[in-house]
Amino acid sequence: MSAKRSLLTGAHFLNGDFACAEGAIAAGCRFFAGYPITPATEIAEHLSERMPEFGGIYIQMEDEIASMAAIIGASYAGLKSMTATSGPGFSLMQENIGLAVMTETPCVVVDIMRGGPSTGQPTLPGQQDVMQAKWGSHGDYEIIALAPCSVQEMFSLTVEAFNLSEIYRVPVLLLGDEIVAHMYEKVVIPPPDKLRIVNRKKPHVPSKDYQPFMPEEDFVPPMATFGEGYRFHATGLTHDEHGYPKTQSSEVQTRLVRRLCDKIRKNVDKIVKVEEILTEDADVIVVSYGIVARSALSAVRKARAVGIKAGFLRPITLWPFPEKHVAKAAAQAKAIVVPEMNCGQLVREVERAAKNTPVAFLSKLGEDPHTPAEIFEAIRRGI
Amino acid sequence: MVQEIVAHPLSKYLREEMMPHIWCAGCGNGIVLNCFVHALDELKADLDKLVVVSGIGCIGRTAGYTNTASFHTTHGRSIAFATGVKLANPELDVVIVSGDGDLFAIGGNHFIHAARRNIGIKVICANNFNYGMTGGQLGPTTPLEALTTTSPYGNSEHPFNLVHLAAAAGASYVARWTTLHVRRLTQSIKRLMQKEGFCFIEVVSPCPEIFGRRNKMRSGLEMMGWFRKASVVENFSDPAKADITPDRIVVGEFVDIEKMSYEKLFHEKIAQINEKTMEKMS
Ligand SMILES: Cc1ncc(C[n+]2csc(CCOP(=O)(O)OP(=O)(O)O)c2C)c(N)n1
Ligand code: SF4
Ligand SMILES: [Mg+2]
Repeated sequence: MSAKRSLLTGAHFLNGDFACAEGAIAAGCRFFAGYPITPATEIAEHLSERMPEFGGIYIQMEDEIASMAAIIGASYAGLKSMTATSGPGFSLMQENIGLAVMTETPCVVVDIMRGGPSTGQPTLPGQQDVMQAKWGSHGDYEIIALAPCSVQEMFSLTVEAFNLSEIYRVPVLLLGDEIVAHMYEKVVIPPPDKLRIVNRKKPHVPSKDYQPFMPEEDFVPPMATFGEGYRFHATGLTHDEHGYPKTQSSEVQTRLVRRLCDKIRKNVDKIVKVEEILTEDADVIVVSYGIVARSALSAVRKARAVGIKAGFLRPITLWPFPEKHVAKAAAQAKAIVVPEMNCGQLVREVERAAKNTPVAFLSKLGEDPHTPAEIFEAIRRGI
Repeated sequence: MVQEIVAHPLSKYLREEMMPHIWCAGCGNGIVLNCFVHALDELKADLDKLVVVSGIGCIGRTAGYTNTASFHTTHGRSIAFATGVKLANPELDVVIVSGDGDLFAIGGNHFIHAARRNIGIKVICANNFNYGMTGGQLGPTTPLEALTTTSPYGNSEHPFNLVHLAAAAGASYVARWTTLHVRRLTQSIKRLMQKEGFCFIEVVSPCPEIFGRRNKMRSGLEMMGWFRKASVVENFSDPAKADITPDRIVVGEFVDIEKMSYEKLFHEKIAQINEKTMEKMS
């Protein structure tokens, strides 16, 4: 095993899983628990080598339920933690993703989407887990999900995922797909001092005055670490600000669940990220994310080249959905095109935001993503 | 008139603001908690280093009652959660107090793998032969022919012998007591707390309100009567022969071996890798 206890600062030719793993290390992640699954396995493999070099932990758990539980435990014990999986494992993680939401645990869950349902197409790309990412665990909650469209973003959005999870004390999902995970591209890894790394707020009061779920102005409570003298309780049950179960109180339930939603909803402008190109005067706007966005941008440029006023809007945060951006772009466009590798998921959000602007949905399943030509045709039909 | 209020000597171990507890009269869970805090007291345990974890169930409320850092996980996942805690900070003492259903039905897979790894988590299981919290359904330790709300004609499933399971899966310390064996259980918990590696104690515990009522033992006292009649202390006997039957409950310590814990092995490896890194850099 080679010992290279430093970030891979510089330009590299990497695949997306590798870049994601390096992003985790760069973000300060020191605990990974996972269970092998295509197309996310390389993240685990790479971290099993890299984590120990940084004094971090890699553990292969007995399943994805355990992996999710373990990263919650590690986070409460003070380490930034992550797991990585694909559809079948993502389904198994859902109950404990809810636990992470309820106990406000900073952690990152990478889901490299393949074709589903069930075992589906292990080696082919998909975008079929988008709604599951939002609604997969029971109960009402808000969550953050980021969608990288390049190997570079597999690095940078992994770092961002950790930052957001630390700021908002919420599990952050990185929704990649088989292509961004497996393809090789140039990645530039900045020096450590050029990376923005955020760490969770710690309590500024002694243990006896600490209320583990008492929020500050940003709706987020400071988080104590096990073993630092704070004897606090956390539970998946409905709890008050002390962390004590109050399962019969509609008041406590309302206050807690609204805050869990509000800490994302009321901070949405700080969280949401989109990439917009040529949308200002566009007649037709393509809303696209993940690997499909690469074809979409190429189609938009091709349309511009032949005089069609096309624009490109890429949600980088799928959740919370960039409703304002889409609504604004839709208000002045004649049509919107949404290509997705599923039977219609994010398009529902686009339709809601677009109001009266017609939305054309381009569904593709089971093989390669949409070609630029296919999206170009849809743009042409849109005008 | 001046009234002197004397605090309970063990109150510092409990979250008084969580009292009264939810447990029924005659329930064995209070005895399990009592023995646990007595063991902590006798050990002069550093409460700031202790993390108590439970899953879901009647006994699963224990984490909330102990005045330590504590976490109440989803049903069955206490061991997986605790694995993350222990690996992230091996200095912490991580103790799980949970139920037979939680640890051996929904959480059974985590149990055997934690024992196999020999990770230094300490597990105390209150085995009351059924799912108390959900109203008394059959579970993985329900005896053959026992009546529960989901075995109204008598249970046809063979139960687990938990001490045999734990020993076979690789635990470093395995013991079984009943709630009648208060002193021995307390000593056993002290041993469990001090040992390296994965340690397990099964506490056969009365659930008179739900299990006993359907099985001709209406009160906690009657259930304790059964434990008194049936239990035999056989330290270091063969756990394979320790099946619980109506006539015989073998109790005692079954396993107490020295074996490197997973966290030690892993952290030693990290130290070796770091040494190599240092060599390279110098
Ligand atoms: C995923 C899930 N399934 C089912 C339940 C319902 N449930 C709560 S406690 C419990 C059984 C607890 O039994 P045990 O662990 O033996 O504890 P006891 O109540 O007997 O102390 C069940 C099935 C749940 N909370 N979560
Ligand atoms: S239902 Fe049984 S296990 Fe639960 S508190 Fe009552 S007696 Fe105890
Ligand atoms: Mg039980």
